[in-house]
Amino acid sequence: MSRHPREWSLAVGGSITVAFVAMAVLAQFWTPYDPELLTIGDKLQPPTWQHWCGTDQLGRDVLSMIMAGARNSVGVALLSVLIGAGVGVPAGLIAAARGGVSDEVIMRGNDLIFAFPALLLAILITAVAGPGAVNAIIAIGIFNIPVFARVTRGGALDLWSRDYVLAARVAGKGRLGISFEHVLPNLAGLLLVQGTIQFSLGVIAEAGLSYVGLGAQPPAPSWGRMLNEAQTLTALAPTLALFPGLAVVLFVLGLNLVGDGLRQRWAR
Amino acid sequence: MTGLLRVDSLSVEIGDAAVLKSLSFGVDSGEVLGLVGASGSGKSMTALALMQLLPARARLTGAVRLKGVELCGMRAAELQQMRGRHVGMVFQEPMSALNPSMRIGDQVAETVLLHGAASAAQARVMARDTLDAVGLAGTQGALDRYPHQLSGGQRQRVAIAIAIVLGPALLIADEPTTALDVSTQAQVLTLLCELARSRRMGLILVSHDLAVIAQHTDRVAVMQAGEIVEQCLTTPTLQNFQHPYAKALLAAAVLAPKRHAGVGAAPRDHRGAAVLEVRGVVRDYALPRRSLWRPAGTFHAVDHATLAIHPGETVGLVGESGSGKSSLLRAILGLEPLQAGEVHLLGECLSRATGRTQRRLRRSLQAVFQDPYGSFDPRWSVEQLVSEPFHLLDVPPSAAERRRRVATALEQVGLSPRDGSRRAHEFSGGQRQRIAIARALITEPKVVVFDEAVSALDVLVRAQILELLAGLSERLQLAYLFVTHDLAVLRAIADRVYVMQRGRIVEEGPTLRLLTAPVHAYTKMLVAATPRLAVDGG
Repeated sequence: MSRHPREWSLAVGGSITVAFVAMAVLAQFWTPYDPELLTIGDKLQPPTWQHWCGTDQLGRDVLSMIMAGARNSVGVALLSVLIGAGVGVPAGLIAAARGGVSDEVIMRGNDLIFAFPALLLAILITAVAGPGAVNAIIAIGIFNIPVFARVTRGGALDLWSRDYVLAARVAGKGRLGISFEHVLPNLAGLLLVQGTIQFSLGVIAEAGLSYVGLGAQPPAPSWGRMLNEAQTLTALAPTLALFPGLAVVLFVLGLNLVGDGLRQRWAR
Repeated sequence: MTGLLRVDSLSVEIGDAAVLKSLSFGVDSGEVLGLVGASGSGKSMTALALMQLLPARARLTGAVRLKGVELCGMRAAELQQMRGRHVGMVFQEPMSALNPSMRIGDQVAETVLLHGAASAAQARVMARDTLDAVGLAGTQGALDRYPHQLSGGQRQRVAIAIAIVLGPALLIADEPTTALDVSTQAQVLTLLCELARSRRMGLILVSHDLAVIAQHTDRVAVMQAGEIVEQCLTTPTLQNFQHPYAKALLAAAVLAPKRHAGVGAAPRDHRGAAVLEVRGVVRDYALPRRSLWRPAGTFHAVDHATLAIHPGETVGLVGESGSGKSSLLRAILGLEPLQAGEVHLLGECLSRATGRTQRRLRRSLQAVFQDPYGSFDPRWSVEQLVSEPFHLLDVPPSAAERRRRVATALEQVGLSPRDGSRRAHEFSGGQRQRIAIARALITEPKVVVFDEAVSALDVLVRAQILELLAGLSERLQLAYLFVTHDLAVLRAIADRVYVMQRGRIVEEGPTLRLLTAPVHAYTKMLVAATPRLAVDGG
């Protein structure tokens, strides 16, 4: 009986996530219309058979823009998770394996990054390097580092107290070898769950950054800027804000359901 | 038979599995019934069934009558009144049985108040008296303490006080002393039995330890796979066991491996050079800083410990929890730095060796750890696990050579070479400990260190493992260092024993001498407190 909700959340969340990722991949090769093609004559159309999600104030096809926006979203979130995990996981492993001063330095450095909100960091980077998708990736990626470092260190500290780690030390293995052979593989589940959660946070962060104009720059479509532009036109074309908003909500919901399902599966 | 508790053909099924099969037994007032069996035999399930505390999916049939009142089929509200007032229960782990944020006096009084048995002031007086009765007497402070301020034995006394404060007719104690040190175990068991006899309570004592049962109970019931296979009066030697399973349990409990018997016939020469020598080892831990202005104190976990092990010898290191035996073991294995002293292996200094020398020496010193479930990386196959110490070789063996040596090691410990491709979770606790032994043997060591390696095993399995170890030591000329809290294990296997207390080695001597004529006060206390079956002199 208790298995039911978990299977349900994995199945539903998994389908939503796969659908969005497939959409993003598809957008790389094909969209119904060119998302950057302006057709002023067709502006602000409601959903029709030609334009399933309608058109915006410049006559661009909203469905195509959402698909291209998904590509942007997935790309930014995925790369920022990879940056966060790529730096944070080794940092956490080292902190747990070495302890003492290394541990203190790494974890206090983490706290320092944690003290700055991602948005503030993004504004900072933008001020220095100018706005753009790449800078959004770096900003969100840096924000992900301490999250991964903490989760890794916490899980690793627990594993370091296991008897099989002791046995490996008796077998003459060094701290580095044990970290990669025994600790990291047994943290894979935990990190996958955290990765999914950070991915969904990355989608939200990307939407937030492009909403305030710090993410992907026009004409490249992004969900956040679509929402921003639709905001002034809610009275004229209410569906304009509906579809990008729905896309963000659905995708994040799907990712969170997957994260939840995975966590329960690995909770043993 | 009038009897306080009568159980008639009590059966419990969970799903399709019959967990308890037609149990019938009784307990009289003031009588102590021992319930003994291996893990999974249904002892704890019986205790829960008596309390009607079974999981929701369980189906229970049969009759449980307490003072003539049928408990099966009672309504939940009546059962709640019955529990605590008429039947008390004491569990294994005293810390998790108590509320950590509540004063112990209030916890005892709470039971009284929940049953509406007295006013708050009276409840406090009752709590007072009961805590006195369980030996937490005296000062006003006792009631106001929190569980974390008490030792394990004291916590278990509080749990007993909670169970008996309303004067129940029946007390069920499920492995009440398994988590405690031997000296505390003896005190708590004596207390339980005295309470049962002086207050005319029936006591059901659930235990896996036949020696405990033999010493403290009036009657004994032996369980196997959900059935009671033997019921008889308790005698000091339990010699009236009839059923083959009960006899096998008894034989395992008093086991002395064959090699031990042969020691007199062919005395081994222990005067040669020691394989492992520990000289004045000190292991300090920093205590938490109390003040910003004063340096942190140190705690001497191991305080100038010295011991020696000779080729082929089995040496025991015994002590209660916190005596520093695990710290010493880790120091010997070179897992933690020493503050002073040296560890010598085969005449060379291991504790200061590095690189190639360290790896060469470590090949001769391997270890088996306590937890058969935690000792193996769940993602590795048995072959990978067993061959892990090959890391110590300068040239790793070829794949074929590795497989051959793993197969040999698995055969040596009584497993099949085909088991190499399986994973550790597919094996039982005893088989896992065999895998751990195979892993320790793979580099052909001279010394193997065991950290409580048989403590988690059932008595029958433990006997098999000890048998195996004795044979291996004989054949491979292995020396063992057995670190344990349990003198009964050492009686079965050790040639010589070191006794450790508060980081110091306080006594050393041949096992037989130490057990029959201990010199140091602490050893005397340990020997006296260890329950034993009075079968023969050794």
